[in-house]
This record gives sequence, structure tokens and C-alpha cells, in this order.
Amino acid sequence: MQIALFVTCLGDVLFPEVGKATVAVLERLGHSVVFPPAQTCCGQMHTNTGYQRAAVDLARHHVAVFEQAISDGAEAIVAPSGSCVGSVRHQHAMVARRAGDEALATRAEAVSERTYELSELLVDVLGVTDVGASFPHRVTYHPTCHSLRMLGVGDKPLALLRSVRGIDLVELPAADQCCGFGGTFSVKNADTSTAMLADKMSSVLATDAEIVTAGDSSCLMHIGGGLARLRTGVRPMHLAQILASTGGRTP
Amino acid sequence: MSTFIGMPRAGHPGPPADRTVGHLTGDRAFPAAARDSLADTQLRRNLGHATATIRAKRAKVVAEVPDWEQLRDAASAIKTDTMARLPQLLEQLEAAVIARGGAVHWARDAAEANAIVTALVRATGADEVVKVKSMATQEIGLNEALEAAGITAHETDLAELIVQLGNDRPSHILVPAIHLGRAQIREIFAREMPGVDPALTDEPKVLAEAARTHLRATFLRARVAISGANFGVAETGTLTVVESEGNGRMCLTLPQTLITVMGIEKVVPTWRDLEVFLQLLPRSATGERMNPYTSTWTGVTPGDGPQEFHLVLLDNGRTRALGDELGRTALHCIRCSACLNVCPVYERAGGHAYGSVYPGPIGAILTPLLTGITGDEQPNDSLPFASSLCGACYDVCPVKIDIPSMLVQLRAEHVEKAKATHRVPSPEAASMAAAAWIMSDEKRFARAGRLSRLGRPLIRRGRLRMPLPPPLSGWTASRDVPSPPTETFRDWWQRTREDGEQS
Repeated sequence: MQIALFVTCLGDVLFPEVGKATVAVLERLGHSVVFPPAQTCCGQMHTNTGYQRAAVDLARHHVAVFEQAISDGAEAIVAPSGSCVGSVRHQHAMVARRAGDEALATRAEAVSERTYELSELLVDVLGVTDVGASFPHRVTYHPTCHSLRMLGVGDKPLALLRSVRGIDLVELPAADQCCGFGGTFSVKNADTSTAMLADKMSSVLATDAEIVTAGDSSCLMHIGGGLARLRTGVRPMHLAQILASTGGRTP
Repeated sequence: MSTFIGMPRAGHPGPPADRTVGHLTGDRAFPAAARDSLADTQLRRNLGHATATIRAKRAKVVAEVPDWEQLRDAASAIKTDTMARLPQLLEQLEAAVIARGGAVHWARDAAEANAIVTALVRATGADEVVKVKSMATQEIGLNEALEAAGITAHETDLAELIVQLGNDRPSHILVPAIHLGRAQIREIFAREMPGVDPALTDEPKVLAEAARTHLRATFLRARVAISGANFGVAETGTLTVVESEGNGRMCLTLPQTLITVMGIEKVVPTWRDLEVFLQLLPRSATGERMNPYTSTWTGVTPGDGPQEFHLVLLDNGRTRALGDELGRTALHCIRCSACLNVCPVYERAGGHAYGSVYPGPIGAILTPLLTGITGDEQPNDSLPFASSLCGACYDVCPVKIDIPSMLVQLRAEHVEKAKATHRVPSPEAASMAAAAWIMSDEKRFARAGRLSRLGRPLIRRGRLRMPLPPPLSGWTASRDVPSPPTETFRDWWQRTREDGEQS
């Protein structure tokens, strides 16, 4: 299957290893990955901070880029991010409609129907849970809010992780509680966000895991930023990076 | 008697609630108020414990209901229908109440409602009233208005009584004293309750008994009661109050005169609709299969219960919300508080940080919908931002209000109003515009991404070498900053995959 990678702006600029890992997993499974280079950002930050006019422009750009990818042969679009897929699936049409652009809303819905978060693509579309990974480390999984509640990925990421060879997967207490990131919430309400982060970190530390994983680089940047500040020795690592790992070495 | 209330057209909402009357607005924006409450260790402990307990109880009893999702859909449909023909239903309710011997009063805002109720109490000659727990009367500040007129209002709901005796403010829609632990409650009783046993302990049973003794005399003496309403049935004119303690039942049956203040959105078309809500409400609210007391009354029944009944229908910004195409869903709320109990922000910051009597996720949309978004720094404009958009509230809402999407819409309203009123854009607006300019073009975005690696020398072991200005300093205060990579994803792709690339 030809799959177009929507790497996300954060993934492109700050966490390129996550995009590389996504490519590695999909190619190992025999699929071809294309990267439409005109992609920039889905506009989620603008939507969620109230700047919808700018968000509509970014949504329009995103829709045009991935419409082109579909007409060039891509059968699915994948992003290693629950919240960016959530933005495409639940917000693009919404902001377009609020701006009175029904045509864009319809086009956005067509693109969103082909857009999947990584675990959705692997489990639902490609029908695999064992991606041939090996990762002999103690890992705990944080289900990010948008993948859990906006997309409803359920236990797909856990099914993928359980099939990883050598992994010591431990359950995260109070896993469904938000880590406190929330995009610009973490700076506008930094104190409340930090209080939420503190509780998430104590849950992570209680598992004695070496690695905390999730399907979103943004939430991991938040949890990881807190864990690093306290020099806890626990490492954040995206789900894609664990799934890309083979032979026991961390990628 | 006929009263016309016009249906506001979308985009032409009714007037906002007056922020200076009642308790819909605090004196500080959420982030500042939350900063203080987050540091209150006792509050954090009380709230953490209480919300976790109610969350678990709710989850257990909701899981027992096989058609829970269908009930939610039904409730949402009934409310959507109700809002679509609110004027007719209210007139139907009015006619039915009058036909059964009650009187109906229309209050455009808090001040009008307070004046109506005060005049009604005065007309009875009473100088005190007993109160059933009611959010509408908290919203309009009725107790203070009565006090100014020389009338004492006695709260009879145990938690409201605690708040009233403690000269405090409610911090939760259903459990107004949720922020207090039992030792604190014992202290309030010992200090404020006349004639209380000095050997009072902090056992819940002992505290409840003290309140019962304290209230008993008041119940038997009171000639006027004031209540809110959970539902008002349009077809029969029946009012409903749902409660746990039975103190509401005492107020609704013992006094001569009963005055009910009901928000206009509380109307339901038919008796049969109660079937849906009376299943959803107790399980969502207290985690009970059924609430212990459900009182219903229709006008006046000669020789039984209050012989004089007044219904005050309160707008206070509700037609403003009704005129907001998306915002009107906030009027579907049945005040169960399930969204408060699951909200990670509410659990940590507490109800007082919201300033309004409606805290938590529903309060963060309902309050600004009632009072209006101004685009300036007034406290209620900060409420839609007091959420990480985690979505837990939407999942538990028994009437399926899409609170996260509504928060996002209200944020947009704030930004757009601010843009229209301020000539110079805020630093935030300027940086958002710059980001959008860069991100709207792939060449600019690629260049900016490449430039980000210039930031690498500025970061040392997760800390920036120079201080960031607020609000960005809020991130660096408790979190390390990721170091930008030496190569962006797109540059890596281009360098390694040019062959496989299609443009």
C-alpha cells in the first residue's frame, strides 16, 4: 500500500526520529511511504488557542497537500500523533464551517477519512499487531487524551506493544488522566499544568519503568521535560520508535 | 395572562447577565486564582479524595445500565427539541401552573429575580425563609439580596449549610462543601452553630445529627420556602426537585408559601421525558442508582402542602446563550457535576478558582455564555482557556454536551473580540500570526525548521541559557526544553530519499 506520511510540524522540526521510525516500520511491513514535501502544520495550535482564521488557512493548505497525495496514488495518510489526526478529523471541517467555507469542510472530511493515527493504520487498516520489533526494556504506556478520547484508539497501541519481543510492559496507574500539556494550556495555565504533570510523573515513576511511551510527541515532550528536569532517568520514547526497534538496540 | 418572549435568532443573542449582580464572576482571572488554590494542600487532598470517590462510584453504576448510550442520545434529543421551541414550552408551562393555582413571574435578570422574590417574601410578612439547595438562587445572589431587605435565608442542604455557616462560597455544583474536610466542618459547626454540643466530633454521623437538630426548629417555624427546580414539565406545570437528604422535601411541604426560582432552560416538554433524565441524573451526579428523594408538585393542592405557590422564571443571560448557535447546547446541562468530578483541572484548582458558581468544564463554557465574552482581560474570558481539552468531560456528560469543542469556539470568540477592540495586537496574537505566516508556506516553514538548530547552543542540559519572558517562562519553570535536532525530518528525507520522492 502507498502511504503518505503526515509527519506533523513538531515531528518535522523537533522530533525527526519519530518520523524516521514511522517510515521504518511501514517499509519493514512492505509498504511504500511517500512524504509530500509541501506539508507544514495542521493548524491545531491555532484552533485550540482561538486563532481560527489562521487555522482555516492552515487547514486549507493541509487539505490541498494531502488531496494531491491521494490523487498521486496514496491510499492512506498516517501521522504518528493522535492529536494531529484528531485535529484533521474533528477540527478541520468544524473551523471551515464556522468560517462559512462549506466546500473546504467537505474536502477536509474526504481527506480526514483517509487519515489515520499510526496504531489505527497498523491494526485497523493493515491488520497487523506484530510488526517484528524487539525491545528488551521496561516500558509503560501513557494513552494520550486525543488518541484515547477524540480518536478512540482503545487498546490498539497496547496490542502493538504486547507483540514486541523482549518488552517488559507495565501498566501505568491512572493512565487515562491527562498529563497537563494541552498545547498552549501548558503556558497559559502553567501552574495547573505543572500540578497535573507532577501527578503523571509520580504514576510513571511508580511503575519503575525505564521508558514512558505514547502516541504523541507533544505529550511526551511535556512528560519527558518534567522527568528530565528532575533527573529521574526515565526516558520518553514515541510508540513508533519502539515499534521500529530491532535487535535490542534503541534506535 | 400571556407573555411573549421572542426566540433569539442565531447571531442575535439576548442580553448578557450583569456581571456585577450575583455570583457569575470572580475578581481574578483563572490562572491567578488557581495559583493560590493549587498551593492549598488541604484543598488538594480533600478534592483529590472526594472526586476520586465519586468518579469510581459513577463509573460503577453507569456500567450497569445496558442502554446508557441510548439514554444519553435520548436526553440530548429532548434538550435539542426543547431549546428549539423554548418560548412555546415556557408559555405552556406558565399556563399549566396558573391553571393549577400557582402564580408565574418572569425575571429578565438577577436583579429583577431578586426584587420579585424579595417582594413576595415581604408580602407574607415573614422575616426568614428556608431554602432548598438551588444553583439558580446562588447564581443571582438571592441570599444577599434578602439579607439586605432584612430577611434571613436559612440554607437547609447540609453542604450548603456548612458553606453558609462558614461564610464561604460553594465550590461544586452538587457538593458545595467538597473543598472542606470533616475536621474543618466540625470546626465551623463548633464555632457557628448556636447551642451545639461542645463535645462534637468529626464523625459524619455526628455532624449530620448536629445539623439535623439545628435545622429542625427552623423547619417547624418557617412560613416561606424558596427552592430551585431540576425540571419543570410544560404539559402539566409540574416542578421537580431531586435530592438526597429529605431536607428539600421538608421545605417543599411544611411552609405556607413556596417560591421556586427556575432557569428557563429547565423546562421539559412532557412527564414522560422525566423517565430519561431521572435515570441519567442520579447515576451521573452522586453515583446512585436512584436518588433518595424526588419531589414533584403542581400548583397548589388545597389542604396539602404550601397554599401559595410562585414560580419565577429566570433568564439572566440564558437567551443570550440560546441565540448562540453552538453555545445553546450548554443550556442542555442538568447540573449533575459529572464533568467536574472527572476534570483534571477542576480536581486540582478547585471550584473557587473559576469565580463563578458554575465551576469546572461546564462552568467554563456556561459562565461566559451567560455573561458574554468581551475580548478583554475580564475574569470570565479566561475560563474557556482553563482546560487542557482532554475530553474527559464530554465522555461522561449525560446529555452529551461537546464541551471541548465549545471551549475551542469560545476561545475563538475571545481572540476575535480582542482583535476587534485592540489596535495593537498582543504579543500572543503577534506570535500566532507570525507562526501562521511561516506555516502557510512550505519554503518558509522548511527554512524556519532549519534555523531552529541555531537554538541548540542556547540550551544546556534542558535549560535555556537566557531567561524567557512570560508566559513562555511558565514552561521552563518546571520542564526541560527539548534540544532541536541537527537535521529536520524533511531535510533528512530529501538527503536520503530524493529518488523515491514524488513531488
